Amino acid sequence: MSVLLDVLAAGCLIAGSALAFAAGLGLLRFPDLLARSHAATKPQVLGLLLMLLGLALRLRSGPAIWMLVLVALFQMVTAPVAAHMVTRAGYRTGKVDPSSLVVDELTDDLRAAEREVGGSSQGPSPRS
Amino acid sequence: MTAVLVVCTVLLTAAAVMVIVRAERGPSMLDRTIALDTLTAVVVGAVAVHAAWTGRTDTVPVMVALSLVGFVGSVAIARFAAIEPEGEGRVLSREEVAALELERLRAEDAERSAVDDEHHGGAAEGDVRRLDETVQDGDEERDR
Repeated sequence: MSVLLDVLAAGCLIAGSALAFAAGLGLLRFPDLLARSHAATKPQVLGLLLMLLGLALRLRSGPAIWMLVLVALFQMVTAPVAAHMVTRAGYRTGKVDPSSLVVDELTDDLRAAEREVGGSSQGPSPRS
Repeated sequence: MTAVLVVCTVLLTAAAVMVIVRAERGPSMLDRTIALDTLTAVVVGAVAVHAAWTGRTDTVPVMVALSLVGFVGSVAIARFAAIEPEGEGRVLSREEVAALELERLRAEDAERSAVDDEHHGGAAEGDVRRLDETVQDGDEERDR
């Protein structure tokens, strides 16, 4: 039983490290901000969860495992917020190329909001 | 378990190096933010591997702290420092730094000469002054 758990833990740790490696490769090679932020989320959520699971399987003790649950929860709550804020700031400062997007709901929404506020050129700019 | 440790360490080190290279290259502040956020995740993973290797549980709070600090950093940058002036996102060459420094020194000199003018920077008549200034004033009065 103990050996089985250790093997599972080892598999999880290696898989998590491999995801971190993939993220590093993606960050280095991908061409623009959105692609990089896509690559960067791999070790932040799945990779980290796998490594924490591996660590929990290896430790098998009560209080430490609850701390690991806490780390996983923090990471899953904060990583999407941080990624959202960074990419939105990138969009607003013009670092996103609209022609490379398949779906662009933010631009449509901003245009609609501009029209609603009223004014062809008097409305707020999409940056504000 | 040793083989697992070696594999994980190599993968994580390679990931950290690539992420740091991206943080150095930029080109924008937000790319660096993403890279440093990922670096935090990689460090948390490294701490997890270390804890799994040694069986120690006292490094687990380090992971809690790191996962929170990375979030605060990236949100702060995205919120307040995302808009950077044109040309700010690169490392200046030696000549450019020298030119900037020269300009700054000139601006300081101009400011000082404007302030040192006796009609603008001087204290009121009969005011208590430092010794050297008092001597200077005495000289001026004698000149008149």
